[in-house]
Amino acid sequence: MVQKLDYLKETPSQTAGPYVHIGLAPGAAGFSIFERELGWDIAGPNAAGDRIRVEGIVRDATGAPVKDVLLEIWQANAAGRYAHPEDPSGGAVEEGFRGWGRVISDFDTGLWSVETVKPGPVPGRAGALQAPHLNLWIVARGINIGLNTRMYFADEAEANETDPVLRMIEQAHRRETLIAPREESETGPVYRFDIRLQGADETVFFDI
Amino acid sequence: MSRDTKGDYYPRDRQWQPPAHAPGYKTSVARSPSQPLLSLETTLSEATGPVFPPQDLGPLDNDLIRNFARGGDPVGERIILHGRVLDENARPVPDTLVEIWQANAGGRYRHRNDTYLAPVDPNFGGCGRTLTDAEGYYVFRTIKPGAYPWRNGTDSWRPAHIHVSVFGAAFAQRLVTQLYFEGDPLIPRCPIVQTLPDPEAVAQLVAALDMKAAVPFDCLAYKFDIVLRGRRSTYFENRPEGN
Repeated sequence: MVQKLDYLKETPSQTAGPYVHIGLAPGAAGFSIFERELGWDIAGPNAAGDRIRVEGIVRDATGAPVKDVLLEIWQANAAGRYAHPEDPSGGAVEEGFRGWGRVISDFDTGLWSVETVKPGPVPGRAGALQAPHLNLWIVARGINIGLNTRMYFADEAEANETDPVLRMIEQAHRRETLIAPREESETGPVYRFDIRLQGADETVFFDI
Repeated sequence: MSRDTKGDYYPRDRQWQPPAHAPGYKTSVARSPSQPLLSLETTLSEATGPVFPPQDLGPLDNDLIRNFARGGDPVGERIILHGRVLDENARPVPDTLVEIWQANAGGRYRHRNDTYLAPVDPNFGGCGRTLTDAEGYYVFRTIKPGAYPWRNGTDSWRPAHIHVSVFGAAFAQRLVTQLYFEGDPLIPRCPIVQTLPDPEAVAQLVAALDMKAAVPFDCLAYKFDIVLRGRRSTYFENRPEGN
């Protein structure tokens, strides 16, 4: 016999289901309940750096848009600092910068769109630097456990080339699934980030 | 030698968590990645996550009996839902945001896409949120949701359940799940419950009737503890990564 290890088991995940908006974005479900809905403003009014828009469509294995998806974004500010006490800066970011946002797709088209500032490079492991990126977490009906991925920026080619996470992706062509092309629009730069849940051009997802 | 408790997060036990592809739950088939997930060691991007100050929340946010009431109480069995948020090391997770959403007592969601024939309850919104206290404790007051049919098989019914979203202290701990109620015969029949490969994992999602927390002549109580990923303690400096 042997002593028992007394670790607890992580609570098992279950799908967020088709009505995730009630809990996490009730306005989109069709009613107003909280004085303040959370996650609609990632950067706040005072954040330094380039104001950008990120948009995309999540598609399933058949190519159809996933119209009931919810994404959360977690990012550093333009100086590469996370609004969190474990950041080396202690979380010293601009007043009102949260670095976290929530976005849902349009129920008819599946298109999602979010406004923020472009993050700076952030520290990686063992002194390495990570290229600027958004961390994404994706839930929807049919997704049994939230999917984690990252969005990198096409105009950061040099930093992307040495990013330790991108470099870990064995099939080099699959790295492209995480790099969003940049377009200029009347309201500023737009990065297009389509996510493919399954299929030939399946997005790389992480076990973080 | 000191004990640093801010090491890497323990990897998720993917044999315990549901697989992405679970054909009994039909919608998962086209929405599940087929390539393996790429395992990452924790970086700052995963070890950090959003922080929610108390002023983000309103005073009625954790009281679903009152937070949408329009001159009356919602119909249904009044319950208290409470428990603790812990990590795998059994340490409390304080000051973390817990959000819930659910159907009303008739099994109908207040959602523009829900067309089930049971009526919407004018006094029930169906969502709430709270922050855990310093010991990781949380509490909601609500009504027990009803079961409802859904399109999977033609006889698929969801057991009564409440959806739960928890943040933890890091993006690595982010979790969404559903809690079920002790004694519900629909639990073992549910294709979404059945995505869990281990019966012990199902048991961990069943909230226990907790008469000690019930309010006499007012409401029943169910206890539901939530466990988020833990992280390593490092007693020795990590060996630098080499290739």
